[in-house]
Amino acid sequence: MPRSTPDPRGVKKLRAIQRAFATGIMRPLASGHRMQSKWIDGKSARRAVAEFIKPNDRLSSFERLEIYNKQYWFRLLDSLHEDFPGLRTLIGEDRFYDLSIAYLTKHPSDSFTLRDLGRHLEKYLANEPRWTASHRELARDIVRLEWAHIVAFDGEAFLPLEIDTLLDGGDPAQLKLGLQPCITFLACAYPVDDFILTVRRREEPRGEASNAMNERVQRKAPKKFARPQPEKIWLAVHRSNNAVYYKRLEEPAYLICSALQKGLPLHAACERAFRRRKTGPDFGTKLQGWFAQWASFGWFYRVE
Amino acid sequence: MPANRFNNFTNYGIGIGLRVPHYQHILSQKPTVDWFEIISENYMVDAGRPLKVLDQILEQYRVVQHGVAMYLGSTDGLDREHLRRLKRLVKRTNTPWLSDHLCWGSVDGRYTHDLLPLPYTFATAAHVAQRIREVRDYLEVPILVENVSSYAEFCASEMSEWEFLSEVVEKADAGILLDVNNIYVSSQNHNFNPYDYLNHIPHDRVGQIHIAGHSKFEKYILDTHDHPVLDPVWKMYAHVTKLTGPTATLLEWDDRIPSFDEVHREALKAGKFCKELLHAPVHA
Repeated sequence: MPRSTPDPRGVKKLRAIQRAFATGIMRPLASGHRMQSKWIDGKSARRAVAEFIKPNDRLSSFERLEIYNKQYWFRLLDSLHEDFPGLRTLIGEDRFYDLSIAYLTKHPSDSFTLRDLGRHLEKYLANEPRWTASHRELARDIVRLEWAHIVAFDGEAFLPLEIDTLLDGGDPAQLKLGLQPCITFLACAYPVDDFILTVRRREEPRGEASNAMNERVQRKAPKKFARPQPEKIWLAVHRSNNAVYYKRLEEPAYLICSALQKGLPLHAACERAFRRRKTGPDFGTKLQGWFAQWASFGWFYRVE
Repeated sequence: MPANRFNNFTNYGIGIGLRVPHYQHILSQKPTVDWFEIISENYMVDAGRPLKVLDQILEQYRVVQHGVAMYLGSTDGLDREHLRRLKRLVKRTNTPWLSDHLCWGSVDGRYTHDLLPLPYTFATAAHVAQRIREVRDYLEVPILVENVSSYAEFCASEMSEWEFLSEVVEKADAGILLDVNNIYVSSQNHNFNPYDYLNHIPHDRVGQIHIAGHSKFEKYILDTHDHPVLDPVWKMYAHVTKLTGPTATLLEWDDRIPSFDEVHREALKAGKFCKELLHAPVHA
């Protein structure tokens, strides 16, 4: 089988075409879901697109690229729409739509999977507080929980340690325990777990797609939800038997778990909790109960 | 069913795409299905329910991997993390062949999550062929490339789409996943005769066929995968199976997904054409 080496000039030309194409389709749509009439250099987009795309007897070059421009945005907006129902409910569908466009313009997808599309959203909102103005802290808690849900759904997990292994592992004070990377521990200023669970119950999953394209999905008008009132909570967003759960923790438990997840040895993690919180005489029994429960959830693995 | 080196000398029959809404039905009812095609990227995760379900499916069924994000025509370097995850999945599924699209979808590290058409040039064909060979060498499994549906044509193109597909697979020594619906969609959008396409590709390289439904709009056709297969596509399927011999065939239904039984019934219509071929008189 003859093998020819690709001509670097040909590949360079191909790259130039791909950059022009991507530039066209990744720019936000104009009103009426039309492609923007000006190209990035401020000149006519019709003329710019005609330089690399042929027209046919029914569609201009511009209209042909516009099909891809629409599909790009419909696909990505649908993905964020599904991944962040809580934030969408909080700030409203229209504002969420505008936020999504602004976010994706600033952070185009940098992963082969749409699953990662929202991974910069918390940071983006911290830098762009105008989107969540009057309920910034609540929005932050919601986004963190919704991203933690995605991580818990299919994130990495190692072989869990059983409780017996935990107890038989030598000096427990020196035991270096790892907490599964798919678990996220959150300290929240609002009870966003109840809020998200209520919102998720009314959501329907998106269909999968391979080579498929879809016209914009018409969304139902959102139901009104009572906005959560401030209340400090500590959460573990974890996976058990392949389902995602939000488990409320007491503050010392949260402190221990988050310290363990940062790589602190067991005794140091516990000391951290003791230092930060006054503990009663029954704290030892409580601690034992927590560890037994967490081990039964499969949260621990042995760090070699 | 013709077994060839591009489908790893297998004789798979009529398969359907494994989709989330059907998980429960498949796992509880265990319907008789020749094989399932999975979207590789849906299972290139670290853990969790997707892999749990996949393992349960693998206990009962043959599974073939079909990718949507390798972007064989991109000019960015091959995504090594993507390939590493893909290889891990190949080992898990033991897929006899692996397919992805003759397209591009990312540039400068930015992903469009779309299957975008390529300019049909000799330079592009050489570039894509080299990437296919690299991927095959790394994954150690036969690669089939699928023709995509498209809505735009490039001024730079030097040949027809079927000539381009032929050039790529000959240069890469790869197989073809022939998507009959995509050919029909593109033929309507670009004014060519779809039978010219079917007649002029290397039939001995076809390792699998896709069929699906589409949607007609005023000025173009969209490849929506949300309908039963339409008559013109069935006619093309009948034609191409006469050229290739009965070939592993997969029905794609990705949006507005009906019940498992309805999807399965639609897929099994393809079997009718294959049976007719097997019982057709042999002409000298």
